[in-house]
Parts: sequence; C-alpha cells; structure tokens
Amino acid sequence: MTSFHVPSLASFIISPPPELCFEDVIFKHEDKVLLGPCSFTLKGSGPTFVMGPNGAGKSLLLRLSHSLLQPTQGRITWSGGPGPRQAMVFQHPVLLRRSAVANLVHALAVNKVPRKNRVKLAHDALERFGLTACSSTPARVLSGGEQQRLALARAWVLSPQVLFLDEPTSALDPAAIKAVEAAVQEFHQRGTRVVMTTHDLHQAKRLAGDILFLSGGKVREHTPAEAFFDKPVSREAQAFIAGELVE
Amino acid sequence: MENNAFYVALTLLLNLDASLFQIVALSLQVSLLAVLIAALLGFPLGAAVAIWRFPGRGGMIVVLNALMGLPPVVAGLMVYLLLSRAGPLGEWGLLFTPGAMILAQVVLVLPILAALSRQKVEELLGEYREQFVSLGMSKSRMMPTLLWDARFALLTVLLAGFGRASAEVGAVMMVGGNIDGVTRVMTTSIVLETGKGNLPLALGLGMVLLTLVMVINAGAYMVSELSRRRVG
Amino acid sequence: MKKSLKLLLAGVASIGLSLGAYAEDYITLASTTSTENSGLFASILPKFEDTTGIQVRVVAVGTGQAFEIARRGDADSLLVHDTAGEKRFVENGFATERADVMYNDFVLIGPADDPANISQAQTAKEAFAAIAAAEAPFASRGDDSGTNRAELRHWKSAGVDPDGDWYRELGSGMGPTLNTAAAMDAYVMSDRATWVAFGNRQNLKLLFEGDKVLFNQYGSLLLSQEKHPHLKGEMALKWHNWLLSEDGQQAITDFRVGGQQLFFPNAK
Repeated sequence: MTSFHVPSLASFIISPPPELCFEDVIFKHEDKVLLGPCSFTLKGSGPTFVMGPNGAGKSLLLRLSHSLLQPTQGRITWSGGPGPRQAMVFQHPVLLRRSAVANLVHALAVNKVPRKNRVKLAHDALERFGLTACSSTPARVLSGGEQQRLALARAWVLSPQVLFLDEPTSALDPAAIKAVEAAVQEFHQRGTRVVMTTHDLHQAKRLAGDILFLSGGKVREHTPAEAFFDKPVSREAQAFIAGELVE
Repeated sequence: MENNAFYVALTLLLNLDASLFQIVALSLQVSLLAVLIAALLGFPLGAAVAIWRFPGRGGMIVVLNALMGLPPVVAGLMVYLLLSRAGPLGEWGLLFTPGAMILAQVVLVLPILAALSRQKVEELLGEYREQFVSLGMSKSRMMPTLLWDARFALLTVLLAGFGRASAEVGAVMMVGGNIDGVTRVMTTSIVLETGKGNLPLALGLGMVLLTLVMVINAGAYMVSELSRRRVG
Repeated sequence: MKKSLKLLLAGVASIGLSLGAYAEDYITLASTTSTENSGLFASILPKFEDTTGIQVRVVAVGTGQAFEIARRGDADSLLVHDTAGEKRFVENGFATERADVMYNDFVLIGPADDPANISQAQTAKEAFAAIAAAEAPFASRGDDSGTNRAELRHWKSAGVDPDGDWYRELGSGMGPTLNTAAAMDAYVMSDRATWVAFGNRQNLKLLFEGDKVLFNQYGSLLLSQEKHPHLKGEMALKWHNWLLSEDGQQAITDFRVGGQQLFFPNAK
C-alpha cells in the first residue's frame, strides 16, 4: 500500500476520482479458481455497487481492488499512477482497544499527519458522523451502529480518493443503516470513488450509480443502476432481481 | 504456638523487623526490576516474531517455548559462569551482587515474556491484520499498536513472569550467594531456614512471600479488570 | 556498549538498596554452611567490622564449591574445613598461606532407640563399623563437602565400603541432610555446630561424640593475587590476621548457642 498524506480538501475535489481497471484478473486458492477471469473498468462517478449471490466473489473483488490480496494472474491498475489514497470499511468494523477519538488519532498518526493537527481533525470527523458525545468512550463498547460510523469517520479523516465498503450495513438496525447510507453519500459528494457490496436490493436502488453484477466468480453484467434494475441482460441477474436462488 | 507456621507468619508480618523488611524489599526490587528489563526486551521480541515471517521462525518459537521451562539452576549456572572472574564478563565484578541476581532472573523470565507475548500479539494481529494493511501500516509500525492494544493480556503475561522470578531460588542462590544483608532474598532465606531445621520459620517466610505475591497479583488484577471493563 | 550495559545493571541494582549493602570496603568470603548456619559469622563479623570498617560478605556453600569459587577468583578469602584439600590448594598456587583457625568436632546422630547401639562404642571406628554391621539406615551428605570427605575417611578407617540400601547419599547440605535423616530415622554424621543450632530434630539424638579423630579443623587461606590480581588482598590479609589474632580467637570463644561453646580457637 502507498502511504497517505492528507491534502487540502480543495485539491482533490477538482481531481476526478481515479479509475480502477481489472485486466484478466484471476484469483486462485489451492488451485481452485475463486474469481475470474474478469476484466472491467470502473469509471464514471459511481457509487459502484458490487452485487451478486453469496459466494459470487464480491468480497474477494473488493479485497483485490484494495490490495489486501494479490491476484494470481492478470493486472489491477489505477488511472493516474500507482494506488490512490484509499480506505476500506468492513462488515464488522475492526476498532482498536482505545477511545473513539484515539482510533482516529491513530489512523492519522499512521498516515504521518502532523501531530498538532490530529486531534482537531479527529474531532471534526467525530462531529460530522454524530459521534461527538462518545469521543472518549472506548470504541469497543459503542453500539454496532456507532462502531460502523466510527469506522466511516476513520476513513473520512484519511480523505481517501477511493472508499471500499464490504456489506457495511448487513449487521445494523434501520436507524443505523440510514446513518451509514447518509455517510456513503457524503463520501460520494466529496468526490470519493465509492465501491460497495450489499445484499440489499433496495439500498442499491437508493444509492447506486452503476452495478457490477457477479455470479460464480465472474462478472456477468456492468451497467448503470437504472438499466440493471429495469432490464437486466444476463440470465443470472434476471433471476437475482426476481428473488430466485442463483448460483 | 511457636511451632505453628501461620502463627510465625503472622508474627513476622506484625513485627516487620529491619532485617525481614530488607529481605522483602530486596526480593521485590530484584524480581520487579528483572521483570521490567525482561519486558523491555521480551515484548518487542515476542511481537517481532508474531509479526514478521523469516526463515527459522518456527524453530525460534519452539526454542522460546522450550526455554520457558529452563531450570533455574541452569540459568543460574550460565550466569555464574558468565559473571565469574574467570568468565567473559568477570571484570564487571557483578557476581554475588543483586545485579547478578537480576541478570539471572532476566534470563529466566525473558523466554516466558517473549513466548507468551508472541502468542497474544499473534492472536490480536489475526483480528487487526486487514485493517492494518488497509491503513497502509508497515510491519514495524504495527508493533507499537499491537503491544499497546494487547496491554491487558500482556499484564497477565507480566504477572506470570513475576511469579516465576519471585518464586525461583536456584538461580539467585547460585549467583547471589545468599549473603546476609546483601543478596539474601525471601526464597534463599527459606532454603537457609529449612537447612537450619527451623521449619515453622521457613514456612512462615513462605507465607509472607505468598502474601506479597498475592497482593501484587490482586492489585494488577483489579487494575486490569477495571480498565478492561472500561475499554471493552 | 559493554560499559553502558554495565552502568545500567549497576544503576538498576543499586536503586533503593540499603546503604549498608553497598559499603565500599568489603571482601567476599567463601565459607561453609556449618559456620554460617550455626550463627558464628553473625556473632564475630560485627566485631571485625567495628575494628576495621571492613564488611565481610559470606557466601556459604559446601567446601568443594567454596574451593571452586576461590579457584575462579570470585572470593577474596576462604575459610573451610578440609585440611588436606587446603594444603593442596596452597601447593597448586591458588593460596599463599594456610593457617589453623579453630576446630569443632563431628558427632554421630541417630534415632533415639539406637538400633546399631553406637552409644556404647568406645571409638569412632567402632561406631561406624556397628552401623555398617547392623545395616541401619545412614544418611550421607554425598556432596563432596568437607563433612562428606571426613565421613568417607571414617568409613575407610573402619574397614567398611559403604554400599547397599542402608547407605543413602543425599547430595545436599548439612541442614537438609539432617532434615532427611529425621524423616527416615537414619544415622548421620554432623558437625556439632549445625547439630546444636538445628531446630527440627524429631526423633534424632546425639549418640556418639568425643573421639579425637572426629575433630574438624577449620583453616583460613590467604588467596594468591598472582592468579587473580583483582582480589582485595590487603583487606583479605587484615581479615586473615584478625582471625588468628587474640581478638579474633576470643570472639570465636565467646560465640555460644544455648550456653554451649561450638568452635574452639586453636591458631598457633
């Protein structure tokens, strides 16, 4: 991973979000192909929703994109140089055993933000995500929704050009889901390329710009969201939207 | 009455006389300092073995685990030969001083702290790894974060190390010499009094030692439980 | 690096240690458990310290180990009880001088009912032979200490090769050996000082004493600075001379346990 440095807000609003390109990417585990071969390019403004049945390879695709895993074959590239600044929010947020604000300060310290700016940036982000009241609460005693918001705030302070979210709302109640969705839109409006997986068709309808549909480890369809929901092309996507069991 | 160890222990504690106080204080100083030094070396070592993959790592883990069972007399003998005037570090003149006892206990405790902290840190790393990679953390940057976040588990490890240090007698006897007023600690006093056939006194001293260790453990347990409950 | 580590260790070691423990003027004396455990040193050392200001730090171990400590240069002075060994030590150049300081004696201890009937023996030789003949349990130090070496000489002069179930080599110090003998109702040879100060006698009783061959001579050795130049020779010489002086000899006489004199000065 490249190391981050946080630029001023203005500098990256004007720069378009970097494009992600998969070229003949295959990921194998113990000789079994789990994903691919797949080729696609994420451009446009997104947010991109990666959808598909369980085991389709959605999380794998996100992890490969975020360089948590390396492809067995093929290439994953970004427009405009090597990896852009990026962050990821997991289904179950991984928070350090320290206070909420200390979690953000740690992320800033890791990314070499000058010491004097850290606490202020952290508190700004907590405020933005409605967490000011729990800034000194240990992160791991927060509710599930608060923890996920804290994970989003941690991503926020890093000003990522790309944000990956892996099923960020699947373990949350409706109020918490609403807060996460609002946060996702804030990232999107700030110019961050958002790439997210979900099981929730309605959520995808509410938020998605384009849909990357996977099944059986292969990309079956990559279309704008409206087109996907109106007239899915592939048989698998038709079945998926109709609520049938798809392999 | 005088032959009852409980009575003797109680009397010893109630009339804490100067020489007993000195023995207790020296025991605590030697063992606490040994554990402190061993922690400064052992925790980073354990964390490093947990974080990095290198050739011989498996062998190193096996050796560390095996050294947890190093007999104290063997550690004592090694340090004795090292510090003896005829040995490589003889010119330091540390043999038969508290410094030698600390060194011997460091040798005993270091593998425990390194091996157990390796285990704890590796568990934690399993939980944190993806997030760390996502944050772009280098391996060396992971170390302080992991050590701090494992602090409660490491406190327990520290207590295990302190338990071994304060309870052992073979090593401190050999390198300290059990010199009255200089290197006599609780455990060597117990051996001495047993040798003199003063069994109730020896057992009484043992109870004083046990009480001390229990007080320290209880304190550490309370501190860690309170903050664990807070931090979750 | 070496120096800074040494400084660290020294600093760490000295934190909070009582001042007395860090007196500059001290010598390390390797000696035997019998002298330490009986309380002799606790009685005479303060007198020496008062006169000279020199602290004597006693490392009490078996005579064999005491020789080894001195051989390696880890003690400034040596006070042990194995005259033959001491003389060899001088011959080998590790010590420049050896002098008689005092003696006590060995006694034979055993179960009160005395199955080998050694309390009726006229000589030590007879007593040892009786134990062997009865095959009564005998607890031996078995640790190459001065006492152990003396015991083996007595078996030899009694014409016995101690072997068999009844002869138990423990490999431990005088005190632990007495504890074990008490637990298994065995005969045991002990120096008188350790026996008199011993608190866990149970069924054990002093059964035989007084034969001249049981005398246990202690010698002080002046260690050679040629082998180990770092030794504190000057202070060690003061200690050696004080032991042999009238003051030192008197201090040894004055040490008593329960009114009983345990060591008898005999410096020439």
